[in-house]
Amino acid sequence: MLGPLDYGFSILSLMIEAYVVVCLCVSKNYLRYLSLNIYMLAAVGVTIGQDVALLHFGVSSQVYGYVYYYTDALLTISLFFVIMGFYQQVFHQMGVGKYVRWASILLLSATALFSYLVVRRMPSHHLTNRFVVEMSQNLYFVGVVLTYLLWGAVVKLRETRTRLIQLVLALGIFFSSEAAGYALRNLFPGLEANFLKWVPPIAGTFLPLAWAYTFTRIPEQARLETARVARVPAQQLTAHQHS
Amino acid sequence: MIAALICVISVAALLQFFVSYSRSVIAAYQKSELSEQVREVARIEGQQVRSEQFGQLVQLVRLCPQKSDDQGDLAVVRIYYGMMGWLGALARSVAPGVCKWAERERVNCTYFAAVALDRRIAYSRALLAQQMSEH
Repeated sequence: MLGPLDYGFSILSLMIEAYVVVCLCVSKNYLRYLSLNIYMLAAVGVTIGQDVALLHFGVSSQVYGYVYYYTDALLTISLFFVIMGFYQQVFHQMGVGKYVRWASILLLSATALFSYLVVRRMPSHHLTNRFVVEMSQNLYFVGVVLTYLLWGAVVKLRETRTRLIQLVLALGIFFSSEAAGYALRNLFPGLEANFLKWVPPIAGTFLPLAWAYTFTRIPEQARLETARVARVPAQQLTAHQHS
Repeated sequence: MIAALICVISVAALLQFFVSYSRSVIAAYQKSELSEQVREVARIEGQQVRSEQFGQLVQLVRLCPQKSDDQGDLAVVRIYYGMMGWLGALARSVAPGVCKWAERERVNCTYFAAVALDRRIAYSRALLAQQMSEH
């Protein structure tokens, strides 16, 4: 049985996702963040679809389970294209757009192959709790790795666009919290009922909220010194000693 | 085994992303200079703030009319300030360098709160002036 908090998160994330799309359309940035927009529109559709399935079949039905976990997996895969869009923006000046496109095709193929192998490994093709948790955990972890590499590129190339930096970092927080949440569910299934069930709705609301905030507050021309953001204590202490 | 590995790596990545995100939020406020007004209200000497003043500054920020654009930033920085306090306390005897770094971060959080207060005071004054001109 879902409570008012579950519905609250669902409605809130739906509204913020729609807001991000409207915000980008109004500011004429729709094409610059095309993959992000497509993801947000897909997220709106998925949230509505999940709510319809919930109302028709109930939270404990297998149909709702299928709809929830498979649409979630598809959304995660579509987020990989958002990451690729960010890669393209970061590497734009180096003229490696062609390689990024190839990398995204390769990534999609690898993800499809991986998902197929996971499904084939199952003794029956029924949706089991362990299967969906493992599959989501792995997909989100791929997202963590991709975002981490992107963040590394942002720092190495001394990217200064504040908007891009905040969009990437928010994505990193989303992916890593989801991956950690699913891994913990895999390790300690008992924690799910009280604590871990809140990780997906909180992370799912945080991401559009942080993006909405960035698009509303941070102008496109705002700049930030990446070194100030990314320096870890050891590096800072060394710099302090040298100075 | 794989789940445990994913869990450890993801938590480490989460911490790093969160620290960087918070610092990017704080960095945007560090360019602003504190006005005479806010230094007087919060009893700040010069442009230097002390990390212990954070709580007091946040309370003062809450007393001012809400400015819709800094609520999220304030929430993120409050969590970051708490996290740095916890890290500083843990590292005090083991790694004094990390403790010093955490303290500097807490000072930056306090400066952020002072700038937020400054902006809210300016916003309140503008609001008051607008109301006065309407009547």
